[in-house]
Amino acid sequence: MRGNRAAAERKRWRWGVYLFLLLVGVIAVTLFSLGMGEIPIRITDIPAILSNSEGVEHGVLAYIRIPRTLLGLAIGGSLSIAGAILQGIYRNPLVEPYTLGISGGASLGVTFAIVAGLHLVNILVLPLAGFIGAIATILLVYALGSGKGGLSINRMLLIGVMISFISSSLMMFLMSITSSDNIHNIIFWIMGSLEESNGTLVATMIVLSLCGLVVSYLFVMPLNALRLGEEKAKHLGFDTNSVIRILFIVTSLLTGACISVAGIIGFVGLVIPHIIRLWVGSDYRILLIASFLSGGIFLVLCDIVARTIIAPNELPIGVITGIIGGVLFIVLLSNSKRKRAVV
Amino acid sequence: MKQEMKPLLEIEDLACGYPGGFQVEGIHLSLPEGAFAGIIGPNGSGKTTLFRGISGTLPLIKGRVQLDGADLSKLTWKEKARKLAIVSQFSETASMTVEEYVLMGRLPYRRRFQFFDTKEDIETAHHFMRLTNTYRLRNQPMNELSGGERQMAHIACALSQHPQLLLLDEPTSHLDIMHQMQFMNLIQRLNEEMKLTVIMILHDLSLAAEYCDYLLMMKEGSEFCQGTPEEVITYQHIESVYQTVVIVKTNPVSGKPVVFPVSERRLRNGPK
Repeated sequence: MRGNRAAAERKRWRWGVYLFLLLVGVIAVTLFSLGMGEIPIRITDIPAILSNSEGVEHGVLAYIRIPRTLLGLAIGGSLSIAGAILQGIYRNPLVEPYTLGISGGASLGVTFAIVAGLHLVNILVLPLAGFIGAIATILLVYALGSGKGGLSINRMLLIGVMISFISSSLMMFLMSITSSDNIHNIIFWIMGSLEESNGTLVATMIVLSLCGLVVSYLFVMPLNALRLGEEKAKHLGFDTNSVIRILFIVTSLLTGACISVAGIIGFVGLVIPHIIRLWVGSDYRILLIASFLSGGIFLVLCDIVARTIIAPNELPIGVITGIIGGVLFIVLLSNSKRKRAVV
Repeated sequence: MKQEMKPLLEIEDLACGYPGGFQVEGIHLSLPEGAFAGIIGPNGSGKTTLFRGISGTLPLIKGRVQLDGADLSKLTWKEKARKLAIVSQFSETASMTVEEYVLMGRLPYRRRFQFFDTKEDIETAHHFMRLTNTYRLRNQPMNELSGGERQMAHIACALSQHPQLLLLDEPTSHLDIMHQMQFMNLIQRLNEEMKLTVIMILHDLSLAAEYCDYLLMMKEGSEFCQGTPEEVITYQHIESVYQTVVIVKTNPVSGKPVVFPVSERRLRNGPK
């Protein structure tokens, strides 16, 4: 009996170490991100600068770098847990937050707003249009995905993929009839950026991402059971239909919000849950938090690269996440003998 | 079957199936506590569909299933999971250790915001792992076990649910004779010692006759006949349900019926 309890304790201890390392990582990249940029700021100077509300450096920190870093943590974390949850529900490692067509709908909304010139009215029109597009897609996927036999997750997946195609065709159509200035705006929005000057929007995103984490954490046990398939999860006492429904709503809202604020930042939701699964295992009790924290770390790091590599200009962050994420994943996968941990 | 006892499981005029597709109908079955029942019948005769109806994965079109006085369709999944455990034909495994897997059987007993296993959960899981001889494998990943070991882990997980009724869907079909017998003997022991009521879908008619004390034979989505193995396993029944010629004899040790296959050539040329 002693050996047994030791196994459970070892597991908790290991999880504690993972969490500790990730929290250290979050603090480290946050400080790094605050210091890096056109105006380098020494980490040791940060408290002094923040307490003195005058000077350029205070402005840079308080109004640019801190919101941007926090936004990176929130968006990276949200996309990551959305990916981890959807991969669990579908038991398919290729599913990511954008597979259900949410990104397509959001892009179409934004494209429409830009082509119609609405973005000149108010800067907040674009996030709003993106969010409306995302919500409309979710509702559509939901309505079409629930046939007479209840909600079919595979049907929803196919419909989501189709909606993505339809949206991208409509987007191309809109782009083909609009001015090249607008096309430039559209493309830059799609490629994504963590630059967001509106403080309320940033704060909303942060709160939303934390809520998303807390709510989805309430479902870690059904998510664990779903690893054995929907039927087995039912036999283990979970009402999988309502669990999946709620998790869909949570992930869709998170994804929709992320896209509205920061555009389409790819790869985080696909690659981070994978890498974390290789590292901490596929138990959602640890996987979810670890994905959240490392998604944030990853995105903030990518953002640092995106805004410093060709300073004073900025690369779209989607470019960096794709390259770094893809290469990192291939390296890890080819080094890893534990192929069984992938799914 | 036995009139003097109140039945644990009572299936009345059950009909269930896939929308617009295959359906099972007109099933009646009544089993006392501690019964060891077998469901037999050709592929596609509706055995697994019937299990889905009993467990609630498929909604009932007609009839009802009562377990220990409770109407199963009125219970929540969680309540059901504490009364009934099922080991499916194609049980899926994930990358988790045997211990983690068996502990999943304790999920129906979790409180709402409980994220960790209690001492009792771990002790229950270990108890059933020892019983199924999977304790020594506890730190091995599920998907690296052999078929026989995996089947035992499935049983340990199901038993951890403390069910009153255990449904087993073709549990022995991928096992060699040694593992088959080990498995059946274990189930028999559980049935006797824990008074666990078992319903098992089986393809091997002789095995079904040897172990089960009650059989339900199905054909094309409905009941063909039911009764004791001696009543059900006759060459006439088997010929009309399976369209196969067989010889049925009696096992000299147990007195139960045994089914012997007869090849086409032997049928043509007569007995040797």
